Amino acid sequence: MIKVYTSSVIDAPADAVWSQIRDFNGLPKWVPIVAESRIEGNQPADKIGCVRNFRLKDGGVIREQLLTLSDYDYQCSYSILESPMGVENYVATLKLTPVTDGNRTFAEWWAEFDCAPERERELAHNVSQGVFQAAFNSLKALLR
Amino acid sequence: MIRVTRSAIIDAPIARVWEVLRDFNSHWAWHPAVGESHIENGEPADQVGCVRNFHLKDGNHIREQLLGLSDRDHISTYCILDATLPMRHYVATVQLKPVTDGDRTFWHWQSTFDVPRGRAKEFAELVGKGVYEGGFDGLRAHLRRGAAPAAISPAVAAQAAVPAQAVVATAFGGPEVLDYRSQPAAAPRSGEVRIRQSAIGVNFIDVYVRRGLYRMIDPPAAIGMEAAGTVIDVGPNVAHLLPGDRVAYACPPPGAYATVRTLAADQVVPLPQDVGDETAAALMLKGMTAEYLLHRTHRLRQGQNVLVHAAAGGVGLLLCQWARAIGGRVIGTVSTEEKARLARANGCEFPIITGNYRFAREVMDITGGRGADVIYDGLGQGAATENLDALAVTGHWVCYGQASGPHAAMPDLGTKSGTLSRPVLFHYTAERHVLNEMAERVFAALRAGTIRVEIRHRYPLAAAAEAHRDLEARRTVGSIVLIA
Repeated sequence: MIKVYTSSVIDAPADAVWSQIRDFNGLPKWVPIVAESRIEGNQPADKIGCVRNFRLKDGGVIREQLLTLSDYDYQCSYSILESPMGVENYVATLKLTPVTDGNRTFAEWWAEFDCAPERERELAHNVSQGVFQAAFNSLKALLR
Repeated sequence: MIRVTRSAIIDAPIARVWEVLRDFNSHWAWHPAVGESHIENGEPADQVGCVRNFHLKDGNHIREQLLGLSDRDHISTYCILDATLPMRHYVATVQLKPVTDGDRTFWHWQSTFDVPRGRAKEFAELVGKGVYEGGFDGLRAHLRRGAAPAAISPAVAAQAAVPAQAVVATAFGGPEVLDYRSQPAAAPRSGEVRIRQSAIGVNFIDVYVRRGLYRMIDPPAAIGMEAAGTVIDVGPNVAHLLPGDRVAYACPPPGAYATVRTLAADQVVPLPQDVGDETAAALMLKGMTAEYLLHRTHRLRQGQNVLVHAAAGGVGLLLCQWARAIGGRVIGTVSTEEKARLARANGCEFPIITGNYRFAREVMDITGGRGADVIYDGLGQGAATENLDALAVTGHWVCYGQASGPHAAMPDLGTKSGTLSRPVLFHYTAERHVLNEMAERVFAALRAGTIRVEIRHRYPLAAAAEAHRDLEARRTVGSIVLIA
């Protein structure tokens, strides 16, 4: 089991950041590597158990299921059902916490997953930097 | 129930911030609203259940108990036990999280509590702004004063020496060789600390060093073994001290008679808030000597017969006080009736007045023929035969000094199955964790009133020669401190 943890500070109030993130079908709006997304079965994007089916700009298709969504805790978690990444038991959580000093947002994103031992280092780096930190960077730019 | 939450980003790695916040008694050093604070009963500040007892600078008094501490989750939880403020059921949690983006720290501080009807807004503001937001700014300033080693090392290297005054032995000799002169204190290098000293302890070892009996300096050089003051700055690779920390030390090499001193940081200990600089300067060397003599070289047990020579001297008085508190039967030798009274007032049940090192018969009388289970002997050669005679069978003879000259030959311990020790303080304090234990036990004994330090003589640092004259002429009683 690999654990990956990435955190950042977004220079915007937590409500503003959350409104971007809480849309489970909204990845193309703020995650740079995602080209397009849809929710399977025409379900609402905030229905627990719904599945987002999205395509990366490099062509890969990923299916992720919504496990938790809390407007009270600014928290969302999801698992990967299918992906070309070669990961198993992948569960990720994204959480926001207000920073009262400066009215900013502390954003945390962590994941646990299994993969082939020789790919652990590469995948951990890809997830923490290529996905999570890259997404934080684009959020910062978007909300500036 | 009121809930107050404040959070901030601190521009420092989480390990650096947690190092400060995990210490339940660090708040006086960084929080602008906190005045004097101590942990009750001398308990460690990371012992869950310990109580910090402190005053706010506005005069309020608060006792808070540590309920939980996690180095894994960087969480500290505590509650108020009593306060002069009308706050009830106050439980607060401090939590840190790493900001991996930029290697910074997210600090979350939250509490719930009750206050009298109609005063919720006032107290929410007081806690949120005064305590939590004030704390964020205070900690930021605290960390800036003691920036991380990597960040300050170039700055330290660039820093100039600080102007300072020191008392220098210009040659080996009498008090007249001591010269008060300008001697700048160099910037601290790796492993070093620079201290602005406020009080310096005077010990007989300083006289030996000045005379050249102990070849510890190469004149001209400053003398002195112990002092207390405040850290100005630290060199790289010093983790346990921060600028602004109150500290003290007792260690070679000599050089403590100075207004500012740069020395190896590993022998420097932080001072608890309730131990003043003068007390520390008077106590470090003698207190730690008494500590290892009673707890390490010989573990004194209740009911043992203890013979303390020079019982009215600096170390002698502390030995009498502490040995009596442990439950020893304390016999002491002194040279005058006045010193006998002083020794008696400090726990020496049986002072023996002797001018010629004769005491064995009286010791045997007092102990019903048993003799002394332990002898604390700073006399040396002059009293060797008498000491052997006064020793109990299987007794322990601890020679920690040699005022009358070194032992010429090994005494014949076979007549008593005796044990002879020749301990030196600086061997015991060589490892920092042992030094810390020793210093903490001395401070705890001071706090509990087990030992007392009486500073009857204060001289300006510039008058160190006069202090030496008085000490050598035996015109002083108790501790001598030089004020820088």
